[in-house]
Amino acid sequence: MTADMTRLTAVQMAEALRVGEITSVDLVRAHLDRIDAVDGGEAGLNAFLHVSRDEALATAEEVDAIRAAGGAEAEALHPLAGVPIAIKDLIVTVGQPTTAGSKMLEDWMSPYDATVVERIRAAKLPILGKTNLDEFAMGSSTEHSAYGVTRNPWDTDRIPGGSGGGSAAAVAAFEAPLALGTDTGGSIRQPGAVTGTVGTKPTYGSVSRYGAIAMASSLDQIGPVARTTEDAALLHELIAGHDPKDSTSLPDEVPAFGEAARTTDVSGLRIGVIKQLQGEGYQDGVLARFQESLDALREAGAEIVEVDCPSFEHALSAYYLIMPSEASSNLARFDGVRYGARVEPEDGPLTIERVMGATRAAGFGDEVKRRIILGTYALSAGYYDAYYGSAQKVRTLIQRDFAAAFEQADVLISPTAPTVAFPLGEKLDDPLAMYLNDVATIPANLAGIPGISVPGGLSDGLPVGIQFLAPAREDARAYRAAGALETLLTADAEPLWAQAPELSTAAAQTAGE
Amino acid sequence: MSEISRADVEHLAKLAHISMTDEELTTMAGELDVIVDSVKKVSEAVDAEVPATSHPLPLTNVFRRDEVGEVFTAEQALSNAPDAEDGRFKVPAILDEE
Amino acid sequence: MTETLPDAAPLSFQDALEQFDPVLGFEVHVELNTATKMFSAAPNAFGDEPNTNVSPVCLGLPGALPVVNEKAVESAIRLGLALNCSIAESCRFARKQYFYPDTPKNWQTSQYDEPIAHDGHLDVELDDGEIFRVEIERAHMEEDAGKLTHQGGSGRIQGADSSLVDYNRAGVPLIEIVTKPIVGAGSRAPEIARAYVSAVRDVVKALDISDARMERGNVRCDANVSLMPKGSSTFGTRSETKNVNSMRAVEHAVTFEIRRHAGVLTAGGSIVQETRHWNEDTRTTSSGRPKSDADDYRYFPEPDLVPIVSSPEWIEELRSTLPEPPAERRRRLREAWGYSDAEFRDVVAAGLLDEIEETVASGASPATARKWWMGEISRLANARDVEPTALGVQSATIIELSGLIDEGRINDKIARQVLEFHLDGEGSPAEIVSARGLEVVSDDGALTAAVEKAMAENPDVVEKVAGGKLKAIGALIGPVMKETRGQADAGKVREIVMEKLGVS
Ligand SMILES: [Mg+2]
Ligand SMILES: [Zn+2]
Repeated sequence: MTADMTRLTAVQMAEALRVGEITSVDLVRAHLDRIDAVDGGEAGLNAFLHVSRDEALATAEEVDAIRAAGGAEAEALHPLAGVPIAIKDLIVTVGQPTTAGSKMLEDWMSPYDATVVERIRAAKLPILGKTNLDEFAMGSSTEHSAYGVTRNPWDTDRIPGGSGGGSAAAVAAFEAPLALGTDTGGSIRQPGAVTGTVGTKPTYGSVSRYGAIAMASSLDQIGPVARTTEDAALLHELIAGHDPKDSTSLPDEVPAFGEAARTTDVSGLRIGVIKQLQGEGYQDGVLARFQESLDALREAGAEIVEVDCPSFEHALSAYYLIMPSEASSNLARFDGVRYGARVEPEDGPLTIERVMGATRAAGFGDEVKRRIILGTYALSAGYYDAYYGSAQKVRTLIQRDFAAAFEQADVLISPTAPTVAFPLGEKLDDPLAMYLNDVATIPANLAGIPGISVPGGLSDGLPVGIQFLAPAREDARAYRAAGALETLLTADAEPLWAQAPELSTAAAQTAGE
Repeated sequence: MSEISRADVEHLAKLAHISMTDEELTTMAGELDVIVDSVKKVSEAVDAEVPATSHPLPLTNVFRRDEVGEVFTAEQALSNAPDAEDGRFKVPAILDEE
Repeated sequence: MTETLPDAAPLSFQDALEQFDPVLGFEVHVELNTATKMFSAAPNAFGDEPNTNVSPVCLGLPGALPVVNEKAVESAIRLGLALNCSIAESCRFARKQYFYPDTPKNWQTSQYDEPIAHDGHLDVELDDGEIFRVEIERAHMEEDAGKLTHQGGSGRIQGADSSLVDYNRAGVPLIEIVTKPIVGAGSRAPEIARAYVSAVRDVVKALDISDARMERGNVRCDANVSLMPKGSSTFGTRSETKNVNSMRAVEHAVTFEIRRHAGVLTAGGSIVQETRHWNEDTRTTSSGRPKSDADDYRYFPEPDLVPIVSSPEWIEELRSTLPEPPAERRRRLREAWGYSDAEFRDVVAAGLLDEIEETVASGASPATARKWWMGEISRLANARDVEPTALGVQSATIIELSGLIDEGRINDKIARQVLEFHLDGEGSPAEIVSARGLEVVSDDGALTAAVEKAMAENPDVVEKVAGGKLKAIGALIGPVMKETRGQADAGKVREIVMEKLGVS
């Protein structure tokens, strides 16, 4: 069953491993073969920047040995032990390079593991490798990677979303059943939407940020990427929980997200449709799938209400001030002194100031420079109050809008992204148009609340994502609603992820030569 | 329009320690101008009454006990150094003074 | 625009004070003696091998996050209380951004608009006992930078070819204490400057929150000076002299800056707002980096750290741990010990209060304790070019020595030698006395022989004593001491002479 193994859900893989139907080594090999087949070469997806073949197999062998030996140690294995995972290359890993998709960190090897990586290693999930992303997670299309674009498995001439296009594409293309992403303004959810996968942006503080290379500290959050809501929920359970190394980590007990995702009953659930996140700017096909989702939920007994969030009008502006401001600061450390690239200017005296300037000029791509300069501007003397200060106040207004909306509804719903995957290159020269992609995902980051994107069907053969939002610390509520919609939409149809077109494996032959 | 001039970008690039060519400065000024023009209205959306939110969740007093934890060896610390000497990171001459 | 005339000759201090009133301001950085750093569990230790006390946080590695050291916060609150400050109900950290190779993240985590302590004062005691109140603007928490070593050129930053960076000190907790402008100091400005830094040092030592060793940079002072023409109340442009790292240097730096400003101003120039460097060798300051518009620290609230809320209960709990304020303690000890004002001032100036207090507590009389610490121990320390406290003299040793004297087994002069031998590791005073045979010669045989010899060699003296001039006996004691290599008991000598001559 090697060929089909990759098409199981993580939950199915875990069960097959548990009962001894398959081994973890077989499972890892199947995924490595799949990566070989579809990821490399000219037309390959390029979801992976690094594949950690040996490490993944070593972990798999260890899990198989423990299972084979039986006893207490086998009993104590994490339910997902042996199920492989891919990690966004923004999250640091010992023994595997971490590039953040930037030339700045081309040869950098982290001397420490991110907390989420420690947890994944402790649970013995074989790490297949590191996935592609927009440089330092700055983008919505994975076209801003210094290591080439990632292609969308549904149409390889289109973007896989961003910044976590690599993780989403890998999961959509059966290169991995699970992946980690990071979401600052939608970088888990929007790629999930355009690749037909599930992605969660947890409550801020639900998952430790320690070891996630920071873009915007007050917005960043690591989260799960999977093909089903339950898979995402189980991975979320694994990586969540208090971390004393992250001062913004919540001290809460981790709720049973998996159980919430398995709940299919939505009767009496009040679902709020956000007035501001529909209509103008949203493609007809996207709105059509959104309406169908609402109809399905209503038929299943949910109460659909409309909620008004007037401050959302300013969310994008606030985001594009706060995010670059914090990013300009977080990225100041890349200066060629302690690690990473060092570039010496070709002419003039060799001073550290000039080396820093040349290093940052050569190491950062255009979008990164754009955001650093914009953030430097927003924080500079005389502008702080009008820009960064005002943006933080908008944040308060958005939180208030959410608070009011959650008085009327248990969860909120919207399309995840205004459009389906757009063609590669289409928005590359128009930063503002690119930024508009995040209009529906950004409010959750500004307010710190959880959001999940689940597949809502196809438009012109391309996936559409539906987003559920819940109050802070109520991630389980979002899983319940998302899991219910998933069940409703797949009641008499194959799940969306199973409908993805077969990928040409010609890439493998090119890559293998 | 014209929120951000080429001279502004030059100053900002200096603050951010990014060397830029004349052409880059001009291009960047044009791009940022458009972006700033579209985001600047945030200041009209709020007033003095609205408090700022710097942290999305209201945690306070998160502390660590004063107990020594793990550290790197000098070798680990310097393992990614572009240049090092005598167990220390080496940098070219420093002009500015702090 | 007025010419700046940076080269105008400094005025004499007296002339400067005749025309101007100085305004002072100080920023004192205190390095805390916590076990770990401000935001990382790496050790806060001095003198270790370079880059061995560093974690991902100290190196500013990608993905690293800070966590606040609770002890450092408590130290800051305690210091704030000791400086009579209000403790902020809520405060937060901010990023102060500038690129510099000793600053791993290229920002310093500090406090900006919401410091932990504000609006206090410190009463400073001047040489003549007068109390001068220095108003404190704020005290805030921040982190230290790494240490740079410059290579090539003269070893200073100017003209160096390259620099080496050690991040062991990066992230060490600091508290920066900022004064309000100090006006009305007049000609006592330099003295006030020294006394203020000294008082801050006393306070942090008493709180035991810092090792307070200025030579190690545990306490570092930036001194701001500006002048107002006499009669004016408008502050002039100030200069900021950085890192003046001894109390004497603070006094000299303030003196020099007052003279320099006066020189520039009376020559028709104007003062440039700038940072200046203190030059210990020439006792002058030199121009550093001008504070230009390029200084734009782009402060913003640190998103990786959450606010600190100080409940009244917490503050009161910490207040209960405060030691007696140094000024009050001095008042109490002066009364208890019965020293004269001059004696007490000398003890304070020598920094030996703690030592004398401990010696007295161990059973010595205040006079004995003072005699030893201010006398022999200080002299020995001076000869060895160290601080008296660095000799490692224990109270028990002093008590043992003075006991030996009281018992008549040794005299003062021998006691001094015994102390030296003791410090050189020869054992306890009693052991040294017996091992080296230093016991005062009081056995009658040897002593009588020496006395007889001295009497025979000084018939004129004998005649005077016999004639009733008992004071003349003193002239015999010298020769007897010489004969006995200083081990004679002077009282015993006197007794023998009187007995032999039948006088009383
Ligand atoms: Mg300062
Ligand atoms: Zn400071």
